[in-house]
Amino acid sequence: MSQQTVSSTEAPGAPRSGRLPKINPVFFVLAALLVAITLSNPNFVEPTGYMNFLKRAAPLAILAAGQIYVIVSGGFDLSVGSLITLTVVGSSMLLNNNADATWWVIPAMYAAGLAVGIVNGLVVSFLRVPSLIATLGMMITLNGAAFMWSSGSPRGYLPETFRFFGRVNIQGIPLIQFIPVALLVLLAFGSCLFWLMHRTNLGRMLHAIGDNPRAAQMSGVPLERVRITAFVVSSLSAVTAGILLGGFAGVSTDVGVGYELQAITACVIGGAQLLGGRGSVPASIAGALTLTAIFTLLNFIGLPKPVRDVVQGVILIVAVVLATYRRNRAGGT
Amino acid sequence: MSTPSPAIEMRGITKSFPGVKALKGVSFSAYPGEVHALAGENGAGKSTLMKILSGVYRLDGGAVIAGGEERLFTHPLDAIRAGIAVIYQEFSLLPERTVAQNIFLGREPTRFGLVDHAAMNREARRVLSLFGSAHRIEADTVVADLDVASQQLVEIAKAVSLDARVIVMDEPTAALNEAECEVLFGLVDTLKKRGVAIIYITHRMREITRLADRVTVLKDGETAASFDHVPEPDVIVRAMVGRDIGDFYAAPATPQEIGDVVLSVRNAGNERLTNITLDLRAGEIVGFAGLQGAGRVALAQAIFGFSPFTEGEVKLAGKPALFTSPRYAIRAGIGLLPGDRKAEGLVLMQSVTDNGMLTARALSALAGKADATPFASTDQMDGLLQDLDVRAGSFSQEIKALSGGNQQKAIVARWLALAPRLLIFIEPTRGIDVNAKAGIYHLMRDLARKGTAIMMISSDLPEVLGAADRLLVMRAGELVATFERGVSEADVMLAATGEEAVAA
Repeated sequence: MSQQTVSSTEAPGAPRSGRLPKINPVFFVLAALLVAITLSNPNFVEPTGYMNFLKRAAPLAILAAGQIYVIVSGGFDLSVGSLITLTVVGSSMLLNNNADATWWVIPAMYAAGLAVGIVNGLVVSFLRVPSLIATLGMMITLNGAAFMWSSGSPRGYLPETFRFFGRVNIQGIPLIQFIPVALLVLLAFGSCLFWLMHRTNLGRMLHAIGDNPRAAQMSGVPLERVRITAFVVSSLSAVTAGILLGGFAGVSTDVGVGYELQAITACVIGGAQLLGGRGSVPASIAGALTLTAIFTLLNFIGLPKPVRDVVQGVILIVAVVLATYRRNRAGGT
Repeated sequence: MSTPSPAIEMRGITKSFPGVKALKGVSFSAYPGEVHALAGENGAGKSTLMKILSGVYRLDGGAVIAGGEERLFTHPLDAIRAGIAVIYQEFSLLPERTVAQNIFLGREPTRFGLVDHAAMNREARRVLSLFGSAHRIEADTVVADLDVASQQLVEIAKAVSLDARVIVMDEPTAALNEAECEVLFGLVDTLKKRGVAIIYITHRMREITRLADRVTVLKDGETAASFDHVPEPDVIVRAMVGRDIGDFYAAPATPQEIGDVVLSVRNAGNERLTNITLDLRAGEIVGFAGLQGAGRVALAQAIFGFSPFTEGEVKLAGKPALFTSPRYAIRAGIGLLPGDRKAEGLVLMQSVTDNGMLTARALSALAGKADATPFASTDQMDGLLQDLDVRAGSFSQEIKALSGGNQQKAIVARWLALAPRLLIFIEPTRGIDVNAKAGIYHLMRDLARKGTAIMMISSDLPEVLGAADRLLVMRAGELVATFERGVSEADVMLAATGEEAVAA
């Protein structure tokens, strides 16, 4: 019962027990939504339909795959949306329409992301500020920094070399005709984060400190190091998502707005336990795809943006209520 | 016993908590004008019994009779209205209010709808005057400015002003010094003369001798003895600890099995510990006895680096070992099984295997493979869990669903994978059924035979006596006595409570 929120990929012991692995419900929900989209728009089964869908969903999926690290460890990272904005605005400022600068601007953005993650982790670990507040402060700071840097009116566009990751499709692939670079980035980044979360000691330490920090400490887990790593992973995923978004959206100071809550919603849809101890990278990516699919469907139906926001809010609450309900019925803690 | 009918009577009280029968048919009464002492070890059921009396818990069976009729208290207010006041060890006073305001909290006298401060202070002074002039407390003093003894007296004044006919005092002298105790004893005498029935909970023989008219001893949720007079202290102590030691303990260590000193502590201390000097040897199980708060857990946490020593010298296998975090202690070869498994030991949402692997993984590289640490692979861990006979549907299921004994064994497995030099068990059998207890004792002995030094802290005295090779007794943050195997429970109890004089 209590394992139903755990994806099959996450429970390495499941096959050993000789039972059928339990499949996370998010994958069924996602499949149902994709069928619904296909019914309302038959063009979706064409490569241009689903590939563009995946391309559009890639930044959020990457962001969710990073956010789940912080959620599993028992925290939240609200600074990712503003870090996306900073990445896009900062890149455009540093590039200054010079395509040759791309090779050092991208590493510079990752360095900035690394710094943000370390600061978040240090503030939460050593100053004992609740992560919700610490990263909220970081969010406001980064938004302000992006605004100041660009004097409120960021320069119009990013060079093609930078937009390559978010925008370009690699043509001439047999069967599927083309594959977006953004999808390749998602697959590469997602695989790394999957491995780190579900195959290494770090992943188990994250689960342990989210589950019971005191027991983890008494068992020798280096709490601070693990927590800081979680925030760093989340920040690096935000920089990656920002680079992709910079590719297909324009440069503006509100490009990242709302992404932090969408990422958290995606993780919750993927069955993550909001106060830590349980969560999966593939399920969070599936949660992000589910959320994007819902938005796509609402778009096809012709509902305006405010309705999307209402729906997202309702989904977040319903997902948490369902998770709590399931845990209670399973005799949870 | 001026009146024949008791002020309060409890008949055949039973009370269970999940997994524990806390009270198994206890009867208890208190007559007006008497002091009835209630004694017993930690966990004997004293507090549970009093919480039923005061309406904090609901009884499962039996009856509470107050003022001649059966009462069912469902809320502490019911008990207060029935004239039963309980003075707990932790005070319930508001520190920023005056003495009078505290005494009349929630039932302030009013005049024209406003609090009548004059009347309140007048009445407070009247109640306080009962304490005599030896220990004057002003009604308008802010409670935070009072010393502990005076705060205790204010608590009692509150009970008196409620016209309580029964006053329960739960170890009231725990925080008092000698002179303050005398003030309290005087007050108890005064209340007694006024016809109040007093239930006095204590470990201390001296107070029982000084105050009590009758004594009841609880043990394991049952009435172990009840006296209509005050017997000799050793009679009471024997009743408190008297229990047949089953033969389910493992055989003790032979002299050849006891090896070199693993941990040596010299003159070490911190804010809760003073002048600790001890040696723990390979192959030896050393038991630590003492009352709650005597410093046994503080000692374990100091050795383990959780709340470190601030002075003194500690060596582990000859090397300096003043650790400042559990991680350092673990790396050097110290393991600790916490007393509160759920709060400090288990990660409940994770699998049995993950719980076993926790420390092995914590000490390995963060990016290293979770299934194959340098200390153990998951397959080896599953084998270890099997060897320890951990019963679970599957080791990949959440540990939450396992019984206390199986959870404890999974934590033991966690440490076995690390092969520590010193393993500290805190309350190793708390909340575990009898058979699983025997399993834990034998496991401890097996570990000792393989050369581990074992430190065992338990509030269950017969258990420590049965399982340990040597016994150290702590009191108020100090080591006060060392006993070899075979010492009587009474001697240990006397040392733990500080009543050596009585034993002589």
